[in-house]
Amino acid sequence: MLRASLVALALILLAPSAWAVAVDKPLADPALEARARAIHKQLRCLVCQNQSIEDSNADLARDLRLLVRERIAAGDSDAAAIGYIVERYGDWVLLKPPVKGGTVMLWLAPLLFLALAVLLTVLWYRGRQAQPATAATATPLDDDEQARLRKLLDGDER
Amino acid sequence: MSEVSQREPDPAAPRRPWLRLLPLLLAMAIGAFLFVGLGLKPKEIPSALIGKAVPAFDLPALPERPPGLKSADLQGQVSLVNVFASWCLSCRVEHPLFMNLKALDVVPVHGLNYKDEPQAALAWLDRYGDPYQRIGADRKGRVGIDWGVYGVPETFLINAQGRIACKHIGPVSDSDLQDKLLPAIEALRQGKEPKC
Repeated sequence: MLRASLVALALILLAPSAWAVAVDKPLADPALEARARAIHKQLRCLVCQNQSIEDSNADLARDLRLLVRERIAAGDSDAAAIGYIVERYGDWVLLKPPVKGGTVMLWLAPLLFLALAVLLTVLWYRGRQAQPATAATATPLDDDEQARLRKLLDGDER
Repeated sequence: MSEVSQREPDPAAPRRPWLRLLPLLLAMAIGAFLFVGLGLKPKEIPSALIGKAVPAFDLPALPERPPGLKSADLQGQVSLVNVFASWCLSCRVEHPLFMNLKALDVVPVHGLNYKDEPQAALAWLDRYGDPYQRIGADRKGRVGIDWGVYGVPETFLINAQGRIACKHIGPVSDSDLQDKLLPAIEALRQGKEPKC
């Protein structure tokens, strides 16, 4: 009885890992598997869109993982395996889009915004330094105003 | 200090009047971006295959529902290829439209049965009607990947030379058909570039 329950327990504990292997079988050669996994991390899942296919549970992501493994096992270079997917789904599947005509702004925008921020900061500081000069050229108080100011400062008013 | 200069405005030299407009301009710029964003459909990924020949494939028919579908079948006339599956709920939404296209004999529609159980697919066609001329059964979804399929249903418009002219992602609505697909089919038949 005890042995039977232990066996049952062992089976239950082993089941999930056995299942995982059946779903997503790694390549026999660890070096190839590592290359495939590295590629998985660079490819965007088309169904969930902000996950890589490595992280996604979607059916299509699993199919694509399998496909990448197949290409790698068949002797494709990393670039060729990635190119195979890009041919079908476009640059969109690359989590890191290539620099070219349509994507130049994507890559340059952060630099442009940084430059803009630096420029505005410099201008703002200059403006602040220029202000004392402005104050000096402001119209001086006339006699009435001087008198009111003195009262205020002495705390006499009201 | 700026209050001093505001209380005593100097009409000869207003200090940076555009600065007062800046918040308005910024709000307008952000508003413009957001407004454009309303119309974007980030879930729809543009196909990488537009203008290219359909991928080479040869799919078997569903059991006892010939003929199957292969690349060569898409040569010679304008046609639609509809990616569908019995497990796909929104396929039911667009299905009556394809039944209509068949009844009116507008354009041949072929089916790509994507990752489906053949029996389930046949039962589905029995129940909702079968608008397809040919159906290729893509049980493993490999041909689907070659076509860049990522969400069923999808519908491809193929020109007479067997090239992919347009791709529609998601269920085809009546207005999609009237405003997009039918004009594109007409354009293709007249040898013009379709807008889609």
